Amino acid sequence: MNWDSLLNELFDPSHRVTRDGDLLSGTAEVNGRTVTVVGTTNHAAIGVELALAQARVVLDTVRKYPGRPIVLLVDTQGQRLRHRDELLGINRYMAHMGCCVELARRQAHRVIGLVYDQALSGGFITSGLIADACYALPEAEIRVMRLPAMARVTKIDEQRLAELSKSNPVFAPGVENYVAMGGIRALWTGNLQAQLLAALDDSPTLDQRAADGAARGGRTLAAQVSARVVNA
Amino acid sequence: MNRSFSESTARARVTHLLDAQSFLEILGPAERVVSPHLALLGVPSSFDDGVVIGSGTLAGQPVLIASQEGEFMGGGVGEVHGAKLVGLFKRALHLKPAAVIVLAESGGVRLHEANAGLIAVSEVMRALLDARAQSIPVIMLIGGGNGCFGGMGLIARCADHVVMSDIGRLAMSGPEVIESSNGVEEYDSRDRALVWRTTGGKHRYLIGDCDVLVEDDIAAFRHATIPLLGQSVPLSLEAMEAEHALLTDRLIRYGNCRDALDIWQRAGVSDPARVADMEASEMQALKAIQHKEPA
Repeated sequence: MNWDSLLNELFDPSHRVTRDGDLLSGTAEVNGRTVTVVGTTNHAAIGVELALAQARVVLDTVRKYPGRPIVLLVDTQGQRLRHRDELLGINRYMAHMGCCVELARRQAHRVIGLVYDQALSGGFITSGLIADACYALPEAEIRVMRLPAMARVTKIDEQRLAELSKSNPVFAPGVENYVAMGGIRALWTGNLQAQLLAALDDSPTLDQRAADGAARGGRTLAAQVSARVVNA
Repeated sequence: MNRSFSESTARARVTHLLDAQSFLEILGPAERVVSPHLALLGVPSSFDDGVVIGSGTLAGQPVLIASQEGEFMGGGVGEVHGAKLVGLFKRALHLKPAAVIVLAESGGVRLHEANAGLIAVSEVMRALLDARAQSIPVIMLIGGGNGCFGGMGLIARCADHVVMSDIGRLAMSGPEVIESSNGVEEYDSRDRALVWRTTGGKHRYLIGDCDVLVEDDIAAFRHATIPLLGQSVPLSLEAMEAEHALLTDRLIRYGNCRDALDIWQRAGVSDPARVADMEASEMQALKAIQHKEPA
């Protein structure tokens, strides 16, 4: 879904969310509640500027509008793959965005992530994945790497990976796999505004993803192993 | 006697960093908590899934510690590896140690279990930040030959303190990934000096991404870590605004630099070409000058 239609389905038509390059930001109303919207579009490559711009929106919300919920709209091809970004310390810029979201959560802002198009690796870790809970549209695509590239890196036959990915959500791209593993809390279909309202009210503020992954059978060891470490 | 950090195993680094005989491993190799996913792929697994975790003391103070083994899958974070780190940070919430110390050596998400690894990295990040919110300092030590990249590079910059050696590297994407996406003229991954200038400990120290630069010596890492114990950096609005200002300023000052040498020169280093040959102690003097004369 394109960002424009998405906004109209999620929010009241009076929303004040605008696009500046690949950045989406502004405010919107959902059933009378004002929320901050920040995110990216056009499969944005997250470079230092875009990470910083998103962090600014989150910080402004914390500073000026205590408690206002924040909706993160995710469409990214991952971090920008440029020498300049590395030179400037892109990992610190992206981590800053993640820490700003964490700050917002600590200051009682609800933070909801929604993957509406594409979510890849690094760009996803410091956006949707650091929200209180992250949701996705069924047509969204979430992955670390495409299977051919994964086959090259791991030196495992692509056929074999494709075969394995049918039974094991760990390898294959796909939103359903992320739901099974607990990384995505639920897929949103039908009335998106109703889904957002429900998410604003009932998303957990503690990280429940490992428990969800175990309950759904997609990631059976994570919760158990971390509990063993805590109780050792 | 100098004991190289980079040439030691993950377990040896922990043993020699902490007070003698103080390390108690949690879920050690005898417990055989292995990745369930590698066997399916016919890839050898490791009895600790590539990360050593446990407790001990440093200068008599209780700490929790994790050490990634770069020789196993490049230190990549999979489901079990990540869960051990998450568990360690959660354990810290109860034990309130003087610090959680992470000896990070990792390429980031372990691609063999890509989806689980990606979620795991995010869970580690949230667990780390939970510990920080309880004023438990998190200290990253980066000095392994494989560097600290991808998701672990993000996690490292969520910590309170970062200590690096000259050999240690800290960045997001590896040079090979950038070269394969955007060509050798964008980033020549075989130009070792270029890669080192862009990601290495000295650049990270001069630009401010690492707080302390040490020699490739476990005892030097130990010395640098002790004063950081109990030193929590609050994650407050003021602190995040200060970080934002710093990163904004960095873009303005250095955004059009083509090479680390340009950045160092602009930062006030009089002879940037000599940085490669400097000892860590000499670098500290350089940094002191920089702080007195902001560009």
